[in-house]
Amino acid sequence: MLSGIDGEEEVMAVTLIYDNRASRAPSAVENGGDLWLSFEDLRASTGWEQKPEGLCLGDRCVPVPPSRTSEFIAADGRFNLSAFARYLEQPVVHDDTASVWLFGESADVRGQALRSLEAPDFRLPDLDGNLHALSDYRGKKVLLLSWASW
Amino acid sequence: MYRKFADRNFIIVAVALDAGGADAVREFIRPREPIVVPAPMQAIMGWSAEQYAGAVAPTYPCLIDEKHIVAELYDVRNVPTAVWIDEEGRIVRPAEPAGATDGFRSMDRKTFTLPSEVAEAGRAARASYTAALGDWIENGAQSRFALSEDHARDRLSGPTATDALAAASFKLGQHLHERGKPELAKRWFDEAARLCPDRWTYFRQALQLEEVGKASGPEFFAKLEALGDRRYYDEIRLD
Repeated sequence: MLSGIDGEEEVMAVTLIYDNRASRAPSAVENGGDLWLSFEDLRASTGWEQKPEGLCLGDRCVPVPPSRTSEFIAADGRFNLSAFARYLEQPVVHDDTASVWLFGESADVRGQALRSLEAPDFRLPDLDGNLHALSDYRGKKVLLLSWASW
Repeated sequence: MYRKFADRNFIIVAVALDAGGADAVREFIRPREPIVVPAPMQAIMGWSAEQYAGAVAPTYPCLIDEKHIVAELYDVRNVPTAVWIDEEGRIVRPAEPAGATDGFRSMDRKTFTLPSEVAEAGRAARASYTAALGDWIENGAQSRFALSEDHARDRLSGPTATDALAAASFKLGQHLHERGKPELAKRWFDEAARLCPDRWTYFRQALQLEEVGKASGPEFFAKLEALGDRRYYDEIRLD
């Protein structure tokens, strides 16, 4: 538990889901429909880190527009992840009651990946909990069949 | 079908879009008892008991996708849907109904029977799909059913920003469901279905989580009937 800023009522530690991975972000504060967190938590929860060239994830770096710095970085050093995600056109949803924030992949990124015709890889468990990646079956023709019990 | 092709450098990777996880799919993948063919499935598929047993005790990998991640990655809107992927990991046919047609919509829901011409058309559609698959397995890129890159891209319409928002909403719902918060989860499943009413996976999954069997219950059929002349399954265009 941590205290909300500006005397707001006490809030639960925020759960953050990024790239399908859930984590707790102890420094996170929800404020006015935005989610602010320390750069340390940002890196732990999302992989994005602050560098001289901007925010970087692997080889990809996104400069923060100089005129909009205050929109992204607060005086207390916290980073506005929700504003950044919107800047990248990622879908952002949050459940106020449960204090869970989920950041999805942008339609553009998904669409480009599909239109490259490189089959997007994934890793999922079978009934025994063994993980299988689609790429494990490279070298064979694959019929990727989606079904459901319902 | 699979046994016939399994030794030809071909594999089925089945992915169950099932927020209910292993418990929801176990009896389909690894039944403890011999399967009794449900009457509606028998009518729709026209299978013998042996064929049904073969289909539900598969030897290929059967994966469980609680968050419908594969649906998001491959723009899958309904089930059963299949994507053909070649030896190099290239998509040669994007997501399309795997031989499934709208014929089931004229099933008599009391007697579970289909008009014979509808049943015959359904069998023919599945046979054509299977034959096309066999042709590709045999002939690879030379098969007339392996789409050219341009043709394959032309068939990809999504996802839109709304689709991406719906996928995020659904996954938030799934997270809350896993954490034992069904009321909160339902709000987000409903939101996904509201954003993308043509993505039946959201709507039916949400119903099924409320109660097993509800995905094929009155709410489903009411929405199906409301489609009118519009299709439930996209048309299968093999060429």
